[in-house]
Amino acid sequence: MKQSLVLLMVALLCGAVLGTAVAQEGGTLTVFAAASLTDAFEEIAVDFEAANPGVEILFNFGGSSTLAAQLSEGAPGDVFASANVRQMQVVRDAGVIEAAPRTFVRNQLVLITPADNPAGITSLRDLASPGIRLVLAAPEVPVRAYTDVMLARAASLPTYGQIFRSAVLDNLVSEEDNVRQVFLKVALGEADAGIVYQSDVTPEAAEQVIAIRVARALNSLATYPIAPISDSASPELAQAFVDYVLSSGGQNTLARWGFVRVD
Amino acid sequence: MRGRLFIILIAAVGLLFLGVPVLVIGVRGVSASDTMSGVAEALTLSVVTTAITALLTILFGTPLAYILARWNFRFKRILSLVVELPIVLPPAVAGLGLLATFGRRGLFGPLLATFGISLPFTTAAVVLAQTFVSAPFYIRAAQVGFQGVSREIEDAGRVDGAGSLALFFRVTLPLARRALAAGLVLSWARALGEFGATILFAGSLQGRTQTMPLLIYNILERDLNAALSAGFLLIVLAVGALLLAQILRRPADEPDTI
Repeated sequence: MKQSLVLLMVALLCGAVLGTAVAQEGGTLTVFAAASLTDAFEEIAVDFEAANPGVEILFNFGGSSTLAAQLSEGAPGDVFASANVRQMQVVRDAGVIEAAPRTFVRNQLVLITPADNPAGITSLRDLASPGIRLVLAAPEVPVRAYTDVMLARAASLPTYGQIFRSAVLDNLVSEEDNVRQVFLKVALGEADAGIVYQSDVTPEAAEQVIAIRVARALNSLATYPIAPISDSASPELAQAFVDYVLSSGGQNTLARWGFVRVD
Repeated sequence: MRGRLFIILIAAVGLLFLGVPVLVIGVRGVSASDTMSGVAEALTLSVVTTAITALLTILFGTPLAYILARWNFRFKRILSLVVELPIVLPPAVAGLGLLATFGRRGLFGPLLATFGISLPFTTAAVVLAQTFVSAPFYIRAAQVGFQGVSREIEDAGRVDGAGSLALFFRVTLPLARRALAAGLVLSWARALGEFGATILFAGSLQGRTQTMPLLIYNILERDLNAALSAGFLLIVLAVGALLLAQILRRPADEPDTI
């Protein structure tokens, strides 16, 4: 008697675990999205869910490189929104995405310092001053690739020179796993400066940091591709989400969060 | 008979769940021969920082363990709660706590700044993070070890005229040394695996703050095979530490068999 009761409990437990793992029907959509998209995509999800009753969107936000690694290893997802073309290509090379990715938004870089700006930074040039504690994203993270392009452009100008780039990198104290971590370290005041996307300086985050624009000639424009994942359990819904992000409604939301629209 | 089979069956599920992920990393890690340029630097940093952590743990943890084992006083329960709390604290919370205490804007930040010291993003921050999360393992084991030393032996020493310090170093410490060593090995293994508090408080920079676990997390995105082989290296070290701790925990008169 006791034994069959235990057996029943174990069976129920296993059922519950499996049940949550395959609860696909009812329209759950898992979106893997670059950390910089967090706020905008959460708002887009609310609008999308309102337009599609019964649909629930779950997010996995992270550095695009982390997401690409997870997807390549077979993590179950329906849509991938990357912060650069390279990490999208990683997932395509792994055979996880077959559809052609579409560019859905652009973003630009901005230099940030803590609100009290302890190191007195006013321009990109100040990043080369000795003793500045600079935090950037790790080399695999898209924002770092764009940052490196920016530094290379500056270094090629006679007013900055090659020494600028090495002086900046000498000030590097940490390479963070994603762009939100870079923002956090600066907002906490632990770092003197960091380079993030314009869209990371959201209205509510704006008072924690000072954002300094980078000259347009130096700035590199980030391109974000999106695509449905091939073995999605609900391919129509995945495509519908991609379409919504590209629609004027989705673009309006993205623009409100500081992104550059593509439509 | 059926009941026995039933227990074995459920236990087997538990064993497989715990064992298979480690086994898979073992198999894939051995076959993946990719090594990344950063591994040597990260391993060196891990060895150096965990060694300093172990020294700090012995220095400041041993008296604490002795007090908890031998003295009776008010609020002793609260004290031992404080000492054990980091064991169950989520690493991210530990990292935040360290930032809020030793960060530039933290409790001691301004004071440290007057001496020209800034801890975050330094190797010292790595050591602090490791010590914070790992020392409790040593202190707890050392406390049990000291409690295992019979008071009668200490009393005999006292009758023979030994002072408190002499008694501790000549009698109590030698008798508890195996328990202390076992605790130290476990806390060292925990320090070696430290990740969450380190990445928050010390950041991640090759050669300065990027220890093995941080490197694995970082190269995972570039090269999964390299991450697997680095992970395998940590598993070997962890298994070694566990075996050593098991041997040390055995009473001295028992043969040391695995």
